[in-house]
Amino acid sequence: MGIDFLILMKQEWAVVMILFILLFIKVGSKGWTNENILNLVNILLLLNFIIGLFGYKDGMLFNEMFKTNRLIVAEKNILSLGTYIIALQSYSWLKNSKHVLEFYMLLLSTLLGMFFMISAGNLLMFYLGLELSSIPLAALANFDLEKKKSSEAAFKFIISSAFSSGLLLFGISLIYGTTGTLTLSALSEHLHGGPLQIFAFVLLISGFGFKISAVPFHLWTADVYEGSPVSVTSFLSVISKGSVIFVFVTVLYTAFKPFAVSWYNILSVLSVLTMVIGNLFAIRQNNLKRFLAFSSVSQVGFILIGISGASQAGTASVVYFVLIYTFSNLGAFGVINLVSALTGKENIDDYKAFYKTNPLLSWVLAISLFSLAGIPPTAGFFGKFFLLMAGAGQGNYLLITIAALNMVVALYYYLKVVKAIFMDSNENPVKKLIVPPSPKLALFICITGIVLTGLMSYVYEYIFSMSTGF
Amino acid sequence: MNLSLLVILPLITAITLLFCKGLKQVRAVSLIGAAVQFIFSFILLFFYWKERVSGNGSQFLFESDYSWFEPLHIHYHIGVDGISIAMILLTAFVVIAGVLVSWTQETLNKEFFFLLLFLSAGAYGFFISLDLFTLFFFLELAVIPKFMLIGIWGSGKKEYSAMKLALMLMAGSALVFVGLMGLYFNTNLNGVHSFDLMAISKMHIDPAIQNLFFPFAFVGFGIFSALFPFHTWVPDGHSSAPTAASMFLAGISMKLGGYGCLRVATYLMPDAAHHYAPVIILLSTIAIIYGAFATMMQKDLKYINAYSSVSHCGFVLLGIGMLTQTSINGAVLQMVSHGLMTALFFAAIGMIYSRTHTRLTAQLGGLLKVIPFISTVFVIAGLCSLGLPGFSGFVAEMTVFMGSWQNPDQWYRLATILACASIVVTAVYILRAAGKAIMGPITDNHYSSLIDATWNERMAAGILVTGIVVIGVAPFWLFHLINPGTEFIIHHIGEAVIIK
Repeated sequence: MGIDFLILMKQEWAVVMILFILLFIKVGSKGWTNENILNLVNILLLLNFIIGLFGYKDGMLFNEMFKTNRLIVAEKNILSLGTYIIALQSYSWLKNSKHVLEFYMLLLSTLLGMFFMISAGNLLMFYLGLELSSIPLAALANFDLEKKKSSEAAFKFIISSAFSSGLLLFGISLIYGTTGTLTLSALSEHLHGGPLQIFAFVLLISGFGFKISAVPFHLWTADVYEGSPVSVTSFLSVISKGSVIFVFVTVLYTAFKPFAVSWYNILSVLSVLTMVIGNLFAIRQNNLKRFLAFSSVSQVGFILIGISGASQAGTASVVYFVLIYTFSNLGAFGVINLVSALTGKENIDDYKAFYKTNPLLSWVLAISLFSLAGIPPTAGFFGKFFLLMAGAGQGNYLLITIAALNMVVALYYYLKVVKAIFMDSNENPVKKLIVPPSPKLALFICITGIVLTGLMSYVYEYIFSMSTGF
Repeated sequence: MNLSLLVILPLITAITLLFCKGLKQVRAVSLIGAAVQFIFSFILLFFYWKERVSGNGSQFLFESDYSWFEPLHIHYHIGVDGISIAMILLTAFVVIAGVLVSWTQETLNKEFFFLLLFLSAGAYGFFISLDLFTLFFFLELAVIPKFMLIGIWGSGKKEYSAMKLALMLMAGSALVFVGLMGLYFNTNLNGVHSFDLMAISKMHIDPAIQNLFFPFAFVGFGIFSALFPFHTWVPDGHSSAPTAASMFLAGISMKLGGYGCLRVATYLMPDAAHHYAPVIILLSTIAIIYGAFATMMQKDLKYINAYSSVSHCGFVLLGIGMLTQTSINGAVLQMVSHGLMTALFFAAIGMIYSRTHTRLTAQLGGLLKVIPFISTVFVIAGLCSLGLPGFSGFVAEMTVFMGSWQNPDQWYRLATILACASIVVTAVYILRAAGKAIMGPITDNHYSSLIDATWNERMAAGILVTGIVVIGVAPFWLFHLINPGTEFIIHHIGEAVIIK
């Protein structure tokens, strides 16, 4: 206890501090303008990210309820960075909103929940963190108060989220019933593959499948993404998904080690379904948010292949990919957010001839999409390559071939957007946008990340050195 | 000799372009960049000769090796042998000619030249890579610039062609990726896997595994090189692309495939290469004959050249499939020759099109009387294409045929005879196109006011014609350049079969 207690939980403390500061502002300073609040929040979130970078310590608290190590700290840093970028991007959208502080309070409670979830050393703690992260998210999805679609999205989200939580809880209780423990590190000794345990395992996988929107548990994704405000959509697709993926890896690799063969088979089937269906649906979308929703479904398919690698390279490639995915997806969402906030246009057709009026933003969007498609020299190429490589270590080349060919399909729909931007003509293109400094900074961070995280091998090597084997 | 300069120089040029304003600055910077590359490739050739003359017999020269992704044993490993040098020279020739041909590119000129130079960086990087990851990185690097070049500046059904090209090439690289994974995970160097080309070549991979992954690698690279039946992107892509992009596509980009088939598929999986040789020969013979006959039916000059590219690239794969040293030498010669010849052809077609605004042979006629320089260039390219002695095409095709005949299998000889026969068809379509478009009466009155080639067009054509004629008249130096490289490959292939 004592000072350890502070250092081990430094990121959680930082988020709680920011939450309190925001609360005081809400109560105390009525006269603050939105600009001031937004700038303050951005600075605080930057500080939050910087605090995460310094001084880590391995250790556990509260009887292994809470554990932390270098990798977990790094994972939380990725989420903090993503949240910071999203906060910067929301500037244009929130500038005229009446509920700026509420937005950030909800956002930060979600983040706090994710931090606890990642650090969980016990399934109960994991469940607690998960709930803390998903309930405020439903409120966030409803944040466009005037839009009917937004409340529809929130409703769909809360129902599907409650359903998947129920599945998880059922699975957890069965596991507790058959093993008598909920501590992740102790579980692997008690799991022997009895029928009840297998059933519990399937329930857990389905619960996780809902959260990361793997096919066939993906049906809520597109509607929720479409209805929510763009900032929330990007938060859902990057931060929320990323955090659950981190936990998924930990749970599979530590607690369910004895089931390695069965979850390899489950994961390969899920990943093929997820890639194929995500891709096929993405092709037909016209709304960019729906489009990115399905593209993010298919990205999860690739992540599942990396997870199925079950090795140190597997863990490393998944964390590395989530980092890259954060940059790439937020780069794309950043542009969409700007256009949506300033003009209200969200369809691919509206982006025709976007290059004529906004050349720089077009390149940012194109580079982000190339990174999502996995085209060199963007970081996405390296991310996808290492994910598939980790999966190929299992020797299932049929799976790798299917995944590689899916990248071709994915390229098709990403290029369709690029084609609309650069090659199509349009009578009434999006007008020239004036980009405020905050979103500009966010886009700059994303592009720098996309270019450097791949080519500079240090990032991967660093993540690899922190990752633990299977 | 720092080989990385080959990649860095075009990139520096491309980045400098971002700070330029107006067409004049942009094209000046691009030309300087291309000229520096051109000179650099000759310096490279010179130093390479010097090393070889002084008795350096190692397979690759000027190697440098940096660790890139240490935990996965990925290296940035580069080096050149004679084959790579030939390809680098070809690239330098086509790049400078391409920049000169696009001298008056008005719309979005900065982006245009940026993408051209970016594409050339990818090609150079590919030819110098000795690590399969690096190689794959550069292979994919070149796909998107092509898509953008065709889609933005192209003509006709450009979006369709650009998309088709990008997807088919991406499918090719997806197959290559699976092949690379197979190679990586079935190599074991003191307990670690490796992407290193030379390290993999030194170990004997189980023939059953080779047979499994060879088709992936070969077909994957083959798509880049118009392997039948995956050639369909070639006609559409080439004909929709702007002139310089067509030259890059046919001159450089299709060679990536041939080079990959030789260097990766055949060299690293020699047993499988023997096993699949009949299939390769069958497909390439079909490509040669089908390409030739399909060309006969074309009415558009660009389509004529595009389909003839399918036929000519068939010779490259035929040479590789025959697996004799002469035939592989011939394949490499054919890559160089076809690259120069087809770039020249596209340049000439582009010059004609920019003046007459049509590419249909039926509407053209009598151009020799009004634009003699361009017409002559067109005829030279055509004669080179049909294999007239004195031009590079003759040397290359002759070597392929001789090498193929050395393979004693009677079916292979039948394929060789059929491939030889296609030359007659080539003569038919080339002479017919030249006769209709270049000779004869002037079909359209306003043709008589056309202006002949400008200085930049003359220079571009001059550079390429020089290349073609030098190889055609004095092929021995190129032969000596390539031969040590192919010797290593043939030696390795033979060795592998003996072990079996």
